[in-house]
Amino acid sequence: MKNEIVIGLEVHVQLKTKSKLFCGCSTEFGADPNANTCPVCMGWPGTLPVLNRRAVEFGMLAALSLNCEINQDIKFDRKNYFYPDLPKAYQISQYDMPLAEEGQVEVELDGEKAVVGIERLHLEEDAGKLVHSTAGAESYVDYNRTSVPLAEIVTKPDITSPEQAEVFLRSLKQRMEYLEVSDCNMEEGSLRCDANLSVRTPEGELGTKTEVKNMNSFKGVRKALAYEAQRQKKVLSSGGEVVQETRLWDESEQITREMRSKEEAHDYRYFPEPDLVPVKIDSKWQSEVKQCLPEMPEEKYERFQAEYDLSDEATQTLTASRPLADFFERALTGDVSPRSVSNLIIADLKREMNERDWTINDVNITPENLAALARMFEEDVISSNVCSELIAELVESGGDPEAIVEERDLKQISDAGELEAIIDEVINENPDAVEDIRSGADQAIGFLIGQVMQKTQGQADPGQARKMLQERV
Amino acid sequence: METELLDLSLNELQNKLQNSEISPVELVEASISRYQNFDKEINSFVSFNSKESLQKAREVDVSRENGPLAGIPLALKDNLCRAGYATTCGSNILEGHRPPYTATAVKAIEEAGAIIVGNANMDEFAMGSSTETSAYGLTRNPWDTERVPGGSSGGSAAAVAAGIVPAALGSDTGGSIRQPAAFSGVVGFKPTYGRVSRYGLIAFASSLDQIGPITRTVEDAALLTEIISGHDPADSTSLDQPVPEYHGNINPKPENLTVGIPAEYFGEGVDEEVETIVRQAASDLKAEGAELVDVSLSTTEQAISAYYVIATAEASSNLARFDGVRYGPRAQEFEDMIDMYSQTRAEGFGAEVKRRIMLGTFVLSSGYYEAYYGKAQKVRTLIKRDFENAFEKCDLILTPTTPTAAFKLGSRVDDPVQMYMNDVLTAPTNLAGLPAITLPVDANSDGLPVAAQLIGPSLSEQMLFDIAYLLQELSPWEPCSAPLKE
Amino acid sequence: MSVVDQEISDLARLSRLNLTPEEEEELGEDLNEILEFAEKINEVDTEGIEPTYHALPVNNVFREDEVRPSPSPKPALENSADSVDGYFVVPRVIEE
Ligand SMILES: [Mg+2]
Ligand SMILES: [Zn+2]
Repeated sequence: MKNEIVIGLEVHVQLKTKSKLFCGCSTEFGADPNANTCPVCMGWPGTLPVLNRRAVEFGMLAALSLNCEINQDIKFDRKNYFYPDLPKAYQISQYDMPLAEEGQVEVELDGEKAVVGIERLHLEEDAGKLVHSTAGAESYVDYNRTSVPLAEIVTKPDITSPEQAEVFLRSLKQRMEYLEVSDCNMEEGSLRCDANLSVRTPEGELGTKTEVKNMNSFKGVRKALAYEAQRQKKVLSSGGEVVQETRLWDESEQITREMRSKEEAHDYRYFPEPDLVPVKIDSKWQSEVKQCLPEMPEEKYERFQAEYDLSDEATQTLTASRPLADFFERALTGDVSPRSVSNLIIADLKREMNERDWTINDVNITPENLAALARMFEEDVISSNVCSELIAELVESGGDPEAIVEERDLKQISDAGELEAIIDEVINENPDAVEDIRSGADQAIGFLIGQVMQKTQGQADPGQARKMLQERV
Repeated sequence: METELLDLSLNELQNKLQNSEISPVELVEASISRYQNFDKEINSFVSFNSKESLQKAREVDVSRENGPLAGIPLALKDNLCRAGYATTCGSNILEGHRPPYTATAVKAIEEAGAIIVGNANMDEFAMGSSTETSAYGLTRNPWDTERVPGGSSGGSAAAVAAGIVPAALGSDTGGSIRQPAAFSGVVGFKPTYGRVSRYGLIAFASSLDQIGPITRTVEDAALLTEIISGHDPADSTSLDQPVPEYHGNINPKPENLTVGIPAEYFGEGVDEEVETIVRQAASDLKAEGAELVDVSLSTTEQAISAYYVIATAEASSNLARFDGVRYGPRAQEFEDMIDMYSQTRAEGFGAEVKRRIMLGTFVLSSGYYEAYYGKAQKVRTLIKRDFENAFEKCDLILTPTTPTAAFKLGSRVDDPVQMYMNDVLTAPTNLAGLPAITLPVDANSDGLPVAAQLIGPSLSEQMLFDIAYLLQELSPWEPCSAPLKE
Repeated sequence: MSVVDQEISDLARLSRLNLTPEEEEELGEDLNEILEFAEKINEVDTEGIEPTYHALPVNNVFREDEVRPSPSPKPALENSADSVDGYFVVPRVIEE
């Protein structure tokens, strides 16, 4: 069956090298305007670019993770156009001999798998940033981002729905994070995505495509493409024609609109960059880089499933990001069960992270701390409440959980002798509830357990308390 | 008497300075005095720092540890950046531009102790063969002030010829060192592409540009080349090869030497007198034991066309950065961003630069790329092959440097194609990346210098200096300054 | 091939050069003459010949990924035609 919608993506991924693609300026985000610039990245006359080796290797890693073929002979070209954020009035990019070509990525949406082809991956330098005055007749230029390395990834027009486009992008982000070559943060601009979209005409022919730009989040991509597909369908079904043009996603209005200033008819006049020499990537270099490829998400998923006896969902969650998976595995020390560590991460740790909008890199609890908590919980030394509270506390400020439990006397009371007196008290103080239970209202037992917990400041073992309450009542 | 100091070679000056026969102050004073006497007439400098140079001369210690050029005044072509000094490329668009960095080659001569007295005039952005297109006025030939000094390093060549400085640095994209050196009766050397770092040289055509010396003797050219050569991590295209001591190793051995004579360099368009003089130079070498063989460089005629396509293409891109945003003046009146760019550039660039930007833009533009730029780069491959084949039969190639001696001011400036033909004998070596030296060998009937060019294989610098030195000894021309009247 | 009038103004715009009508006319003539001269390259048979973009066969020149402190942007900003609060100022670029 023919696809109704055809989407191709052009993704720019900022590579996390320390220094820029062609000079030693820092790539650090958030510096004062123009603080990370030098005569080379500002294109001062007489200066020359020198290629950052690591940027090439990061590009190779990215390409390998997308199952691309790395080309043995690559070169850089100049893409010529005037714009104030482009100091040399050309961007050093790659034209006809890109770093890599012909890759593919498997994506899964609603249980259905599909393959998205990768046309090419090439390296290029980023442009600067323009800030526009709200009222005035001026724009302000900050060249800090100029010449930060980018990998431009172009997919084949294999994507068949806005949802699939989003899944592809998330998978791409996951891969780049696994490789630690990019943060892929759409809000900060370290991942940027443009799309080409066309729909089939009522006659079944593939219609004219439009380019959609200015999508600043994964959700935005999905929504923009859904909107644009609908728009094109409406145009076609009412007998109109889709115009080939660039449209901008308007996040506040949730629509795409034609660019108001028609872009100049571009003629980029690509030609080989004479200031840089060609790059040859022999098999030795390629295999050295391959050695640095970490375990990729699919592989990690398979291994976790085989090694740790976890649910599909838990495995999925843990392997979604490499730092989280690493955290999990580092917490598997001593004889703690993977399942209880996984439970603490997914139930408690992730909740604390979400509340603070933190990633695993931001938390102050160490894998060893979490392992200790899991062990104490498994051995009934602490209750699940105490465990949750300690996770919350350690996420915020860190500390040694064993020492804290000892110091604050947080050990769980599961000894029947110690609990007996408290349970007697609770039964005596709550005759109504006791009556309810006797007449079959089971939920009242929860109330009594709550009372026990309160009296023990959460230290009672709730399972033990329930058992004893049931016996008594 | 004092001013004749500047007629001495670098080596002689160095010895006199070290033996305390002269002082750096005397030397710089001599330079200033020649500048004051002659430069009104020839306009070889766009800037000249008398006071500061004297100050430096007073401070300099000329002992050997301070470098082979300690205390010696030199000039720079105005496209070589020096931190804090105006570097304008002979253009209004860089008026008052002071780069915050120094070209690697300039750093090298500074570290060798040279006192840089000023910046020499040039064709705007090195685009020209007569030094008539500078925004700072034209330069005249010291041998005949009604004639051009050649270009684009015409200011450097004229300053050396006039004895204002004993040597200068220039840049050569299609002959811009050799052609003015030939017209001005001095020695000019274009090193192998990559031998000298281009960092800090304001680019004209990046794949062709090389910095090189303009001097009065071959030995001086060898010395300066030795100083400025070498690998530079800031220039990806600079060669990572050891630099021999060219100057100390000059050893002319004409025996077992085969000199190639390419018919294409002596044919149509080459002045008869020039041909006779250069053939005589070949005979002089033969008399010393060298063997002369005919070689063919069959693409010579097309090479100059390929050169102009490639050079202007690269230039159109290199010069796009001059837009009034980060440096240089900005047009006062404009409507919007595009108009600001277009007006700034219209006001900042001269006619020849505009012509070449337009041509370069055209040959790269869609629909024309393959027919012009792509084709020219393929022709370039054949030009390279021509030279490689020739060097299977000979050690070096001897040719005239220019088709004619210096021509009259104003005679070609309005005829671009005729002007471009000046580079016909020099540009092929830039396309092939080869080293070539020019030296005056005789005067023509007008008393103007006529030069021979020696072209060698890649990195054959030493051989070129050896044989050029021999030719300097054999030829009737004696290294000297032009007889300018005060 | 020759450059027609239309192309001259397109080229001027692509090159960001404001030209007077006289300049356009003169440049048109010059360019056509120069192109005729440039077309000599067509006399050479380049069938099956690879282009030469670099005169010397050098490959793989790199720098290591090390940060070098950037100089203060102040002098560059002061040197420019227009700057404010650490930014270079240009006429407003509309991007909507
Ligand atoms: Mg791109
Ligand atoms: Zn920089």
